[in-house]
Amino acid sequence: MRGFEQSLEEFKKRGVRIVAISVDSPDVNREHARKQGYTYTLLSDEKREVIRQYDILHAGGGPGEADIARPAEFLIDSTGTIRWVNLTENYRIRPKPEDVLKVVDALQP
Amino acid sequence: MSRWNLLPLGGFIIVAAAFLSYYLYFAYFPVTRDVPWLSFGFFALGLVVLGAGVRRAFAQPGRWFAKLAAGLLSVLSVLILGFFIFHIVSLSAQLPASKGAPKVGVKAPNFTLPDTNNQPVTLSEVVTSLGNEPGKDHYVLLVFYRGYW
Repeated sequence: MRGFEQSLEEFKKRGVRIVAISVDSPDVNREHARKQGYTYTLLSDEKREVIRQYDILHAGGGPGEADIARPAEFLIDSTGTIRWVNLTENYRIRPKPEDVLKVVDALQP
Repeated sequence: MSRWNLLPLGGFIIVAAAFLSYYLYFAYFPVTRDVPWLSFGFFALGLVVLGAGVRRAFAQPGRWFAKLAAGLLSVLSVLILGFFIFHIVSLSAQLPASKGAPKVGVKAPNFTLPDTNNQPVTLSEVVTSLGNEPGKDHYVLLVFYRGYW
């Protein structure tokens, strides 16, 4: 998350808007964004509706057996079509911003 | 009685610090998170110190307390390292199959969720607001994360 913020200019240059989603409430997200200096969009899926819709619910994966999202990235083009999906096999390991930037560069017409 | 043998305690503290520092610090940076070489280095250092302490404790006659303490700290250290490895390779890899996750080429399922100001944000509206220059497409990168900060 920190890495994406640090590379935000690179993403903007390529016309990529970052939208992050978790089960945290808007208040928690606002506080977190303020503390960490995050400026991209942070959305709250407290009911796990979108997380279920995308079939990435990690049941009992959070603190106190809470249901959370498994880390996942979807790159969507300007027609709303998914162009790249990344579902990590180990939640500690997530794509680096430079990996995603390479994907975007490769997709450009 | 000669002075205290502090090596077992020192080794144990290094092992405990190696464990905690991963979760409190190193896990935030991909280079030390994905393959925790640095943490394994600290663990190795801790075990070397611990090993030297155990050897010293058992080299001296008597001093049953020093032997017992060195033994206990060794067992604890190995347990901590064991849990760390278990978490790194196994626990964090236990993820759902996600067979129904949207695939490349399909339309991203639409949704509306509140942002940090409680204002609803709709994916399709974000997509249409992206714009599209000739020779350069624009994108939304949707990032789902575990949360609980």
